[in-house]
Amino acid sequence: MSTFWHWYIIALTVGTLIVTVWFLVWSQKLRIESKKEDDGSETTGHVWDGDLRELNNPLPRWWLGLFWITIAFSIIYLILYPGLGRYEGVLGWTQEKQYEEEMADARAAFETQFAELANMELEQLAVNDQAVDMGRNLYAHNCSTCHGVDARGATGYPNLTDDHWIWGSEPQQVLTSILNGRRAAMPPFGDALGAEGVTRTAVYVQQLAGQEVDASMAAAGRQHYMQVCAACHGPEGKGNPILGAPDLTAGVYTYGGDLDTIRATIRNGRAGVMPAQKDLIGETRTRLVTAYILSMQDRFGGE
Amino acid sequence: MEQATTYDDRVASGATATTYNDRVVKQFAVMTVVWGIVGMTVGVLIAAQLIWPDLTYGIEWLSYGRLRPLHTNAVIFAFGGSALFATSYYVVQRTCHARLFGGPLVGFTFWGWQAVIVGAAVTLPLGITMGKEYAELEWPLALLIAVVWVSYAIVFFGTIAKRQIKHIYVANWFYGAFILTIAVLHIVNNLSIPAGMWKSYPVYAGAVDAMVQWWYGHNAVGFFLTAGFLGMMYYFVPRQAGRPIYSYRLSIVHFWSLIAIYMWAGPHHLHYTSLPDWAQTLGMVFSLILLAPSWGGMINGIMTLSGAWHKLRTDPILRFMIVALSFYGMSTFEGPMMSIKTVNSLSHYTDWTIGHVHSGALGWVAMISIGSLYTLFPRLWGVEKMYSIKAIEWHFWTSTIGTVLYITAMWAAGLMQGLMWRTFNDDGTLTYTFIEVLKRTEPFYMLRLLGGVVFLSGMVFMVWNVYKTWQNAPERNKAVAIPQPA
Repeated sequence: MSTFWHWYIIALTVGTLIVTVWFLVWSQKLRIESKKEDDGSETTGHVWDGDLRELNNPLPRWWLGLFWITIAFSIIYLILYPGLGRYEGVLGWTQEKQYEEEMADARAAFETQFAELANMELEQLAVNDQAVDMGRNLYAHNCSTCHGVDARGATGYPNLTDDHWIWGSEPQQVLTSILNGRRAAMPPFGDALGAEGVTRTAVYVQQLAGQEVDASMAAAGRQHYMQVCAACHGPEGKGNPILGAPDLTAGVYTYGGDLDTIRATIRNGRAGVMPAQKDLIGETRTRLVTAYILSMQDRFGGE
Repeated sequence: MEQATTYDDRVASGATATTYNDRVVKQFAVMTVVWGIVGMTVGVLIAAQLIWPDLTYGIEWLSYGRLRPLHTNAVIFAFGGSALFATSYYVVQRTCHARLFGGPLVGFTFWGWQAVIVGAAVTLPLGITMGKEYAELEWPLALLIAVVWVSYAIVFFGTIAKRQIKHIYVANWFYGAFILTIAVLHIVNNLSIPAGMWKSYPVYAGAVDAMVQWWYGHNAVGFFLTAGFLGMMYYFVPRQAGRPIYSYRLSIVHFWSLIAIYMWAGPHHLHYTSLPDWAQTLGMVFSLILLAPSWGGMINGIMTLSGAWHKLRTDPILRFMIVALSFYGMSTFEGPMMSIKTVNSLSHYTDWTIGHVHSGALGWVAMISIGSLYTLFPRLWGVEKMYSIKAIEWHFWTSTIGTVLYITAMWAAGLMQGLMWRTFNDDGTLTYTFIEVLKRTEPFYMLRLLGGVVFLSGMVFMVWNVYKTWQNAPERNKAVAIPQPA
């Protein structure tokens, strides 16, 4: 703020307060002509529209007192808080400082809550009620938008409660998925395989999951599969958690298992992204979310 | 003493200078009732949409986002504005003992203002908006408002200049301040660059734009909805009570302090935002100082009734006025309180704000207007009183109960929302998701809808009563001669 505006604001504010104070004092000394009416009341003697008059009562004392109190409060407040241009106020308060202090307090309180949980292994956290409860809250606020409030996923977002894991089911692998995020890269094969090739491959993929399909189509599809798909999904279709290539024999699909959807997946590819949470909620909280997700697994007593 | 002849006779003989111009008052007064029904009906509709979002079958013109500004414009500028035009034109003539100045400008203010309202009713549902709250109308309509408003100022101050009584009556101070200030506020806030017929962009940007908008927004509350209606109060309360104004000195002190200090209060709408701290602080302290000046009007109104308390038992019109003044006192206490940063951090963005606004809008603005109109209509049409006092009684109770239901529902909802939003779990997460807060709010939305329906139902009594009064007023077209000042 330039020096001009600094003094402009001060002059206007202080000026208004001084004029208000002066006005209150002046108005009580102001002499108003009065006239005794026939009924004994004292009016200003003005009459409008036949019979509209005004009495000459003094200002109510309590009202005047209220006025003075608000002015006094404001003067004190302007000394304590930033209001007069660049003047920072005795307390040095700013809304940014207030925000940072409240956040620091919250962080400190949070760390205390987790002091004892911080050093526990994921396997222990997953069976610790307190950790799981907190993980559930964190999940609701940070994960449920995509994976659903019940963690059962949605089209494009994997179900977290079943025992199919695209990027690995080990506690450490689950933690890594959440902490650093995942970027799946199923390339498009529409050009390479042609429309007919895509359909045959899709039929074979359905056969891998145990569906009854046209055997000759599947056999033709298997040729394509071995050439372009097996590298990631494996010759038997069992997938590869290191690449995030799903197991195609399980009959569990992120984008859908009907023929048209599988064809679209092969033709156009897929690029699923799990955002990294490390910088968003930090490692401690991510471990608790992991604990909550693991707690839903049979091996940790989940249902 | 009454030398009444028909209006047409007077016009024919070229003697209009000796009669009051009540034609425009009648036009505005009737339109106040009409726009009241329209605006409040839209209000009830959008209150229902908050409970049943698919109520209007997803038709975009009837969606909440488009009807909400239609509601606010209709009740503030169409209903409230027509009430202010009607009463100010009546009061300025009666208290100056002069016919309205301005000749054809007078009629232009009526038809111009109605055109603005119809323009709003067409453009807002079409989604044409500046996006500034209470200043949504796009530049062609904003320009028309400016022209009508300047004409209004010429008519009003021209009449004041013609007055036959040296002292200007206190009601006219408030009407005058309201007219002048709204002209300045409207023009400054609407400075924008057109980009086609129905789109424009403000000349301000960022926090400056926000500050100009709320400087306008809060002073629209202060000068349109407070000073203007105080003008109404200062004529119709003593008129209906048959008592003199309580204190001339109080009128002077609270008038000048009110208009000087209101101007500063706008930044309290922008607490904890990118508006600099110093501006927020100034907005807060001057909002607090505003308490006493605001209450000055309430004291002067209520104390004017002192000595006429017994009339409250039999006169529902006076009861409208005393309840309006009470709601005025309540909301002008609540306002400064909500401007305190600590309170604001709880109340801001919750339905508490909606409750606060409606305790002013329904309790103060609508009830003082309705009371004043019930005083005004019989005088305009040359009859002793409204056709049915019983209907006024019903209207009084529906208005009061409707308002109380509405604001208590919103207070409770707002407090609950503010508290739920700031409840944290031990792990730093929010205890309640947004949808949980909405679900808990739903019963209060029901109660608010009920309050709105009850309030609106009272307006139906008014329509019927006004029609019957008009029908049973054989001398309704007679012009009133201007009496010599006492």
